[in-house]
Amino acid sequence: MASTACFVIVSKNDIPIYEAEVGSAPKKEDLAYHHQFILHAALDVVQDLAWTTNAMFLRSVDRFNDLVVSVYVTAGHTRFMLLHDSRSEDGIKSFFQEVHELYIKIFLNPLYLPGSRIASSHFDTKVRALARKYLYIRGIY
Amino acid sequence: MISVGKTKQYANVLDKLLSRGRQEVSLSAFAFLFSEVVQYNQTQVDNIADLERRLEDAGYAVGARVLELLCHREKGNRRETQLLGILSFIHSTVWKVLFGKVADSLEKGTEHEDEYMISEKELLVNRFISVPKDMGAFNCGAFVAGIVRGVLDNAGFPAVVTAHFVPIEGQQRPRTTILIKFAEELLNSKGIYN
Repeated sequence: MASTACFVIVSKNDIPIYEAEVGSAPKKEDLAYHHQFILHAALDVVQDLAWTTNAMFLRSVDRFNDLVVSVYVTAGHTRFMLLHDSRSEDGIKSFFQEVHELYIKIFLNPLYLPGSRIASSHFDTKVRALARKYLYIRGIY
Repeated sequence: MISVGKTKQYANVLDKLLSRGRQEVSLSAFAFLFSEVVQYNQTQVDNIADLERRLEDAGYAVGARVLELLCHREKGNRRETQLLGILSFIHSTVWKVLFGKVADSLEKGTEHEDEYMISEKELLVNRFISVPKDMGAFNCGAFVAGIVRGVLDNAGFPAVVTAHFVPIEGQQRPRTTILIKFAEELLNSKGIYN
């Protein structure tokens, strides 16, 4: 069973700085736009929700048909958003935490302009590897 | 070409652990670097206001990174959503990590609701700096003001932060006060009155 999962990192100024389709479903252009649209629409909800709690992991904040949006907000209000079909929460939380560590390492680079696109291919490789590790339920693949 | 011995592997920074590292940096090295930063910026500008702004911008970049790193390391991934929370975070955690001690005091301004002050007997960055008389009220603490602004701005509490010398009777060197004036929109929404 193929799974859809779209992962986007949105900066404090609501500009996406990284995106990746990490699901195992075959890539289709129009689906990708659809995913971006859903994630963009969820930003408002995240904005309000972020101020109600001081936890970073916000669980699922929005639904669209059978797709769920889960969000993780960092201290600097950078949002990690994952669009997925229903999946175990623990896996998603661990995935976000590991990506957070990678993000901090990128962010600490004094030559990285905060809010600019993350262009590192190594970062991309690692994120996809983490997605394979945490987001896939064993036994289905 | 015959290669002898192992070729050096450059590990990507993303593979290294985000460890605590060595907690201390040589003060002389920092003082030297900071003095070079100030001197370099002096050659780039014509007036004091621009110099202060450049130092502040340098500090802003540091503040943004300090916020992310310390929330992850020290606070176990909990964000600050309250005004007093973020101020006490700056006053204790940030100061402790950057300067080795908590700030001397955190006060709320009496004249205006949206002003807060962090005071320090002598800022670490100012310890080896003497300001000539013709530069008036210039304070290299603008760098620290920039750090505070970077932390506040990225946490969602926009503010104007400045550093001032406050002369105290009985003391030869004046105290430094970091004045934090929060932006208008915060008065209405997030909790100036909390």
